[in-house]
Amino acid sequence: MSAQRIVAGFMPLLDCAVLVAAAECGFAAQEGIDLRLLRETSWANIRDRLIVGQFQAAHLLGPMTVAATLGAGQLRVPMLAAAALGQGGNAISVSVALYAEMNTVAGGGGGEPALDPVVQGAALRHAIAERRRRGAAPPVFAAVYPFSCHMIELRYWFAACGIDPDQDVQLVVLPPPLVVDALRSGQIDGFCVGAPWSAVAVAAGAGCVVTTASHLWRQPSEKVLGMRRDWAEAQPENALALVRAVLRASEWCDEAGNHRELAALLAGPRYVGVPAELLYENLSGRMHLVPGAQATMVPDFLGFSRAAALPRAAHAVWYYRQMLRWRQCAAADGAEAAAAACFDGVLARQAAITLGWDIPATSREECLFDGQPFDAMPQTGA
Amino acid sequence: MTDPSLRILIVDQNVMRASVLEAGLREAGLNDVIVVRDMQNLLRRIVDADPDVIFIDLENPNRDVLEQMFLVSRSVRRPVAMFVDSADAASIAAAVESGVGAYVVDGLRKERVKSVLDLCISRFNAFSKLQDELDRTKQALEDRKLVDRAKGIIMKQRHIDEAQAYELLRKSAMENNLRLGEVAQSVITAARLFGK
Repeated sequence: MSAQRIVAGFMPLLDCAVLVAAAECGFAAQEGIDLRLLRETSWANIRDRLIVGQFQAAHLLGPMTVAATLGAGQLRVPMLAAAALGQGGNAISVSVALYAEMNTVAGGGGGEPALDPVVQGAALRHAIAERRRRGAAPPVFAAVYPFSCHMIELRYWFAACGIDPDQDVQLVVLPPPLVVDALRSGQIDGFCVGAPWSAVAVAAGAGCVVTTASHLWRQPSEKVLGMRRDWAEAQPENALALVRAVLRASEWCDEAGNHRELAALLAGPRYVGVPAELLYENLSGRMHLVPGAQATMVPDFLGFSRAAALPRAAHAVWYYRQMLRWRQCAAADGAEAAAAACFDGVLARQAAITLGWDIPATSREECLFDGQPFDAMPQTGA
Repeated sequence: MTDPSLRILIVDQNVMRASVLEAGLREAGLNDVIVVRDMQNLLRRIVDADPDVIFIDLENPNRDVLEQMFLVSRSVRRPVAMFVDSADAASIAAAVESGVGAYVVDGLRKERVKSVLDLCISRFNAFSKLQDELDRTKQALEDRKLVDRAKGIIMKQRHIDEAQAYELLRKSAMENNLRLGEVAQSVITAARLFGK
């Protein structure tokens, strides 16, 4: 029997790792899948090529599956997050200049302890007030796509720290590979982007890391294995085989002993195209926070397997509520249920059971950094 | 019939392709065409131009930037949606296959845009065919140079004539499922390694 060909699109980010491992290390082939990966230049392209059937699966931003299902951006096409491709990996970085402002303004807190979102947020608020007093323009922050955890994380962090994301800063979208140059040239003052692009910015002497996704909220899914729901339903065996391959690849990616090999694989121009050493550091949870400093260990910075590979409906509902909070979509009857269905996790659990995984019982979600329960919607805007 | 009153904005960093598309639109009687190549101040340009239809090449990473603008910017006149009728899957597929993304202001009738979109798709397809032909011609020229050098090496080494050397290369290419040029390149590389 010949292998079933599945074409999947991805963006050059560290968390395409599971798909790359599935294709390159034999996991897909062992499941009877001939997995072809195509690097894309925009999230919008990945979405459209999924919709028209050029891709059967994709490395996709979790909130994009919800947005497409609800028709919040462009077309309304029901999507499925068949598995999660990892959790964490995002970091918020600012330019060296803004970092200096955050560390010198009165009441800024001096930026210690590093990576503490409350302390860093207060420092940023004071730096913004100082800029306003000087008559300078508000800082510009970039995320990678309107419907992304990055956008949600930035907005949540700003609002929780008393910074109005629509008034006190300007929010723009930039593709991951362009953020470092934009930061260096002063087009933007900060960004929230997935690994390894914060590490690249620090290595280039252009940026400083102020906090990471794992400091803001404990581990929701970041990227997912996206597919059209009707494709998954029409080809349940192929969908399940692909998910099995992805879960097995995720185990391999989480194994510290494989990180050198994985970093070398991803460093190639076909995948992420960033030096292997930077990728290796991020894979092992280490990160340089400011140019020239020693690497810091960031607990739970990035994970691929087990809980990190299983989508959870509560996360999709939370994305939806955040999208609603910032008026990215309209409230509609049944929207929460439709969002939850994207992340129903049925395929992933089915695959996990056949692999002998212990399925973690649905535990209570942990609070966010500001003490808000994970699945409650904070009152209105900033 | 196309609608001459439509204002069309083309965002394409490929200067040649943008010109081909612009010329095609003008030939069809659409004179209100603006081409943007500089990605700086994209939003400003769009607000100023106030277009009915926007075309962007799919190799352009700024597509995501554009989507954010449509979503959040209150300065863009009307909400912009991809294609007039989201049920028109065939048009979407044709556009994506030809490598172009289209955004159309909400509320424009489908008939007004369909012919413009079709024209754009056919121009994009024609352009990539041209590009392919150009690439193939370049490759053929390059291959011929390599084959000539490889033939020379084989003739000298094995004391055979040109026709026999060529036959050897051709056979090796067929057996290994490689292009003649690829086999020639490996002969040249090997000769360099073994000092001729």
